[in-house]
Amino acid sequence: MADPILTLSHLSKSFGALKATDDVSLTLHPGEIHALIGPNGAGKSTLIGQISGRIAPDSGTIIFKGRDITRMSVAQRARLGLGRSFQISSLIPEYSARRNVMLALQARQGHSFRVLRPVMRERGLLDPALAMLKRVGLDGRASVPSAELSHGERRLLEIAVALALEPACFLLDEPMAGLGTEGVGTLIDFLRGLKSEAPILLVEHDMDAVFALADRISVLVYGQIIASGTVDEIRNDPRVREAYLGEETP
Amino acid sequence: MRDTHREYALNTVLALGLLLVPLWALWADEPFTITMFTRIAILALAGLGLNLVLGLGGMVSFGHAVFFGLGGYCAGILAQHAFNGAPILGLPGTNQMLIIWPVAMLVSGLLAAVIGVLSLRTEGVFFIMITLAFAQMVYYFAISWPAYGGEDGLPIYVRNQFPGLNTMRPLHLFLICWGVLMLALGLFAMVRASRFGAALMAIRQNPDRVAAVGIEPFGIKLAAFILSGMITGLAGALMADLSRFTSPSMMAWTMSGELIIIIILGGTGRLFGPVAGAAILVGFEVTFGGLTEHWKLWLGLVLLGAVLFARGGLIGLIAGRERLG
Repeated sequence: MADPILTLSHLSKSFGALKATDDVSLTLHPGEIHALIGPNGAGKSTLIGQISGRIAPDSGTIIFKGRDITRMSVAQRARLGLGRSFQISSLIPEYSARRNVMLALQARQGHSFRVLRPVMRERGLLDPALAMLKRVGLDGRASVPSAELSHGERRLLEIAVALALEPACFLLDEPMAGLGTEGVGTLIDFLRGLKSEAPILLVEHDMDAVFALADRISVLVYGQIIASGTVDEIRNDPRVREAYLGEETP
Repeated sequence: MRDTHREYALNTVLALGLLLVPLWALWADEPFTITMFTRIAILALAGLGLNLVLGLGGMVSFGHAVFFGLGGYCAGILAQHAFNGAPILGLPGTNQMLIIWPVAMLVSGLLAAVIGVLSLRTEGVFFIMITLAFAQMVYYFAISWPAYGGEDGLPIYVRNQFPGLNTMRPLHLFLICWGVLMLALGLFAMVRASRFGAALMAIRQNPDRVAAVGIEPFGIKLAAFILSGMITGLAGALMADLSRFTSPSMMAWTMSGELIIIIILGGTGRLFGPVAGAAILVGFEVTFGGLTEHWKLWLGLVLLGAVLFARGGLIGLIAGRERLG
């Protein structure tokens, strides 16, 4: 297998006596979707927070594209190509869909200290932004403020923003949350096509979506990875059934 | 898009009204009116500086009077040295506005850089308190430093000069201030429309998202804070020349409050918000200040009304909510 793009080794993080992340190691390889599942309170958010840079780990290292990013800021990681879509919809509410994508493009190109040219006349931002919106099917809503978009549209816009960053890997934190069955179906197809562009670390509650998409699954329980393997291996793992799937299968 | 047209029209009325009334006042021989409109232009300029950080960037600085006062002291101190011929830091003083302004902006910008570096990592109430604390420190320093008047302030005996104009004539001084204000408005519009402005306004709405796409919010905020301090400092230098007097009260916390009030009354983040706000404030002071010494009570009620019923200030009331596109 090719060298991993993202490697977590022996990551640990405690909040007081609570070990939210306990010696976690995992890898993300080119071309794959690696899903991270686990019951509520398993420490998924804390782990994602450490990968994206919002939370500093107590120990362990994060290697991204061969560089140690453990101590880098959120913005530095993003500039290296770590693309993140948020769990809670968090776009720029007063900006139109197109302007949200344009901000990401502007960040990608650098030059956020330019003051002379109006952004709304920069073809180098306007055109690619529209192209991104077209890819996710939002081009008809380009000038609508993101606060006025529907929940599903906002999720798509977040994907478009992530795409605009041309990341080396995607961190998707529950992209299916709050979507109807139809929306989930569309997004599954879309993500399947996306993984050839950049691998995806997918945190998701929707089990059907995870089983349909993932190449590998890691199961997080009480801050530890208790199992890691293919969809079939995880489905049949007795520890996983007990710790996690047992709650959902009647 | 009709709202946008209405805002353009309103801005034009404000810019031209600000120019035409003093011209009329010259013809009608009402020098007091000219001075009053000069005050409006200067306070609008100071508010415009604050509007950069508060309106665009969402940083509620409660210490912006420090830049206003510092600019005033730059004008006063340089003028005093020019007057008595004593050098300052080995250099001669000057009574030329075109030298005083860059000095005032440089000094204010440096102080803004120091305050910004130390305060911009905090948010909300902490940021408000830290900016207030810095302003109060400088305020008490100015009071206790006797070399430049201390508590009594520092008079400017003859107004500083501008090539080709006679600054002692009210209309000439007004035209200088109006011109500077228009230039600053142009700068504000340019910044707001640019990539820098796009990042700054996004930081106000969602700093985490801005960091997540790879823009460091701190650098953008710091640059805006420095530019903001420079503009408010320039306004202070003009105010010192208008009143021919600089005193610590220019940096008092009440002055910081007035600058915030100007922005809220006019319209937070709007291009002409500070112009409208300064006009309302000075108008109130002149109209009701003559009737009762409690005119600030009525101003308070208007402010309350603006916060409760007209969040966009006067500009928002007339031109509707701003669409950022």
